[in-house]
Order: sequence, then structure tokens, then C-alpha cells
Amino acid sequence: MRRVRDMMRSRAGELLKDGAVTRVLGWKSGEFYYDPTPSFFDTEESLDELVYNGFSAAMLSKYLIEATKKEGRVLVFLKPCDTYSFNHLLKEHKVDREKTYVIGVGCGGMLDIEKLRALGVKGIESMEELGENLVIHTLYGDKKFARGDVLLEKCATCKGLEHKASDELAVPDELWEWETSDRFARVSELEGMTSGERFAFWRGELSRCIRCNACRNACPVCSCNKCVFDNPRSGVIAKANADTFEENMFHIIRAFHVAGRCTDCGECSRVCPQNIPLHLLNRKFIKDINAFYGEYQSGESVDGKSPLTEFRTGDVEPGIVHERGGA
Amino acid sequence: MPINEEGAAFKPLIVAFCCNWCSYAGADLAGSSRLNYPVNVKVIRVPCSCRVNPLFILRAFQRGADGVIMCGCHPGDCHYTSGNYFARRRMALLFSMLDYLGIERGRTRVEWVSAAEGAKFANTMNQFAETISALGECRRLEDIRCVESEI
Ligand code: SF4
Ligand code: SF4
Ligand code: SF4
Repeated sequence: MRRVRDMMRSRAGELLKDGAVTRVLGWKSGEFYYDPTPSFFDTEESLDELVYNGFSAAMLSKYLIEATKKEGRVLVFLKPCDTYSFNHLLKEHKVDREKTYVIGVGCGGMLDIEKLRALGVKGIESMEELGENLVIHTLYGDKKFARGDVLLEKCATCKGLEHKASDELAVPDELWEWETSDRFARVSELEGMTSGERFAFWRGELSRCIRCNACRNACPVCSCNKCVFDNPRSGVIAKANADTFEENMFHIIRAFHVAGRCTDCGECSRVCPQNIPLHLLNRKFIKDINAFYGEYQSGESVDGKSPLTEFRTGDVEPGIVHERGGA
Repeated sequence: MPINEEGAAFKPLIVAFCCNWCSYAGADLAGSSRLNYPVNVKVIRVPCSCRVNPLFILRAFQRGADGVIMCGCHPGDCHYTSGNYFARRRMALLFSMLDYLGIERGRTRVEWVSAAEGAKFANTMNQFAETISALGECRRLEDIRCVESEI
């Protein structure tokens, strides 16, 4: 990852210098080592602060909506999964492709700070990322991990390391690759439960929601100028959910609004302070869409219509839900 | 038969979203043909089945509906050419999601009823009311803070 960072710094420096781009969108160290924060860089010197490591999970695509409204071209660093969201934003004309310059950066899987905390990591000072081995230097001594054990959920079930959009790549040859698991496995598991068990499961999860709206704000798809949840007359503007119906309603509607458009970038689950597995809702829609209307992954390309904006005369009837059996 | 607090027989509340051009006229025909369907089916007229926003369905449950049914023109017969095709995809996904969240799947339904099908309208409503009566009151999509939890 250090090699990737060096490649990023030098290319960004060159492009800024010869005026090809006016601004660079990357990550800068945050308050803690584990929270590199999205940030703009205007000068070559400032690029010394550019960081890229196993904690650079924050997706930069969404920041381009505002950035491309300004004068000049923005250089943006996108991980493979971020390029899906980038394509989605292009498709919905939220981002001006002409005003962007995309460097696809190599990714070795991003780390889950919650998993590390559970393994007793605190006070991180720095980190060495050596392929599948991870050495974390903390205030309380060094800790070693196998990278595969502490990956974010979205990375453990990664859709693939290919960049779906880029002007150039910064991917070193010998980057660590890992075995990914089926992203729909947990959804299938839930589908196998009885209706009552599923209800209990979701009550347990959704009742923790504090309606901070982080999941919406981080989502590249939730980029509506006016969101239904901000409508003062909708009766749901309150920060906290007033009752269990509102919890369900917020989550059903949020997931429904991104159905067919969700790039499965995993940001919603990652940013949720309550660790609610929102990806299980989004992936349910993706799984159903694949089953009902044919394989589709939003963000794979800029062209084509999303499944809810088109139809076939021979589509399945909604009754399929009742006919498919199970409890 | 489930009994409510007052000891009266349980009568499910059913909300039926009906497209102005077919199903609403179908309901009208059922009425003028003197066909019986349960009085507790509340018909809400919409300009097209495609007008039915998922929020409408959730709101109906919130306000006490025990079952929600959406009726529109038969595929291919939409007054606006294709509205019901879009509605069909939306409802298939929404109902599947409700099922996934543990809301009993019998509580939602889509039926295509034309303006000439008064009998189909009445039959559909009678059947649906039977299904919902068997399922009992809808507890899982209402404010359950005030209700004894019995999953
Ligand atoms: S981020 Fe989590 S807690 Fe916040 S609104 Fe979304 S689900 Fe609720
Ligand atoms: S819903 Fe979640 S996974 Fe889907 S695009 Fe939005 S943030 Fe990404
Ligand atoms: S929740 Fe719906 S209305 Fe709000 S930003 Fe997301 S897609 Fe838009």
C-alpha cells in the first residue's frame, strides 16, 4: 500500500504541476490513525499529507458531485469498488466526466477497525502492511494479524479488483489478493428462516437505529437534492424514530430508493455508528433483481437502464413472493 | 376466528388501491351489479397503479390496515401505456422485502382487474379478506411499543 501511495503522490504532483488538474481529491490523516479523511489538495507541497493505507476505505466518488460544480478539473483516486459508484453518478448526470481525471488505485482490502478493536487493538500509532501480514504498532506494543481476518465486510465479499472506470492506473504488480466469499450468503441464510425469526432478527437490528442519517449521507446513490426524509411534512423528519414503525419505514424506504441503483459499495454499513447491517437490505434487492429480471449490477457500466426504470411484458407477477414457498 | 378485546369477531381492515381506469370502475360495477364484498375494504382511487408509492403501502399499515391490495389494469391495458409494468416490478420487490423483514407475506397482494370484471373484483376482495382474517391483526408494521410482544 505504501508503494501505491508513492505512485499516487508522484503522479498527482506531475499533473498539478503541468496544470492538467486544478485539485486533487484524496485522503489525509484524520484525528486518529484509523480514520484517513477525504480531503482536497491544491498544491504539490500539500501532497506530502496524502495518505493511502488499509484504512482509506472512505469512498471519494460522492465528493465529486460538489467538486465538479466548480471551475477546473479534479484528480480523484478511486479504488475498484469506488469506480462502480463513480459510474453510477455519471449515469445519473450528477458528475461531469470532463471535469474529472480518475486514477484507479490498487487495493489490498480495507481493514475493519471494529474487528481490530474486538481483537484488543487500541492506540494505533502506525502500521506496516506486508502483503497478507499486518503489523500494527500501538501505544501498548506491536500486534500482528493476518490481513484476511480483519477485512471489512464489503472487502471480504469484494466484487472484484478490476477498475470499471479510469484514465490511468496506479496498481503495483505484486499486490496481495485474497479469497472472497459469496456476498449473498447471509441473505440466503435469512431467507431460510421463518417469518417470525426474521422479524425478530430485524427488530433487534433496526431498533438500534438512532436516525443519524449517516447511511444516507455517505451513500453515492442517495444524492437527491431533496430527500424524502428531509421533508418537514413527511412526519419523519425527527432525528430519533418515534416508534418501531418509523424504524421499519425509514429502512424499507431508504433501501427501496436505492434498489436497482445500489452499487453495493458497502459505505452505508461501514459508516453506521450502530453497526446495523444495512448491506443485508440492499443485497436482498440485488439478489431479487438478479433472480426476477436477470443479472444486474449497478455501476458496472454507465450505459443501460436500471431495472426499476424499465420492464419486460413477460416479467414475473408480484405473486411470485407468495408462491415461492418457505415460511 | 380471532377475537378482539370487545369480544366481537375480528374484521380485518383492508386497503385497496385501485386504478381509476379499470379497477375502480370494476369496483363500481361490482357495486351496481349488487355483488357482495366485505364492507371493511377501503378503496382508494389512484390515477394509475404506478402512482402507488411504497410509502402509501407502509402508511396504510401504519394507520391500522391488516392487508393491502393493489389493483390495476391488466398488463398491456394501461391507460398510460406502461404504468402497470413499472408498478409490477416495484411491488414484486417491495413485497419480497416486506417478507424478508418478517411481515407475513399474505398481507400484500396485487391483482389485475379490468372495468368489466366486477365479479373478479368482488371475488378477489372476498378471498383476500378471508386470507387476512386467518392471519389476524397486523402487528408487525404498527407501533408495537404499546402492544404486548407476541411474535
Ligand atoms: S447510519 Fe445507522 S444509526 Fe444512522 S440512520 Fe443509518 S442505520 Fe440508523
Ligand atoms: S445503499 Fe449502501 S452499499 Fe448501496 S450504494 Fe448506498 S452506501 Fe453503497
Ligand atoms: S433516501 Fe431516498 S430520497 Fe433520500 S436521498 Fe436516498 S434516495 Fe433520495
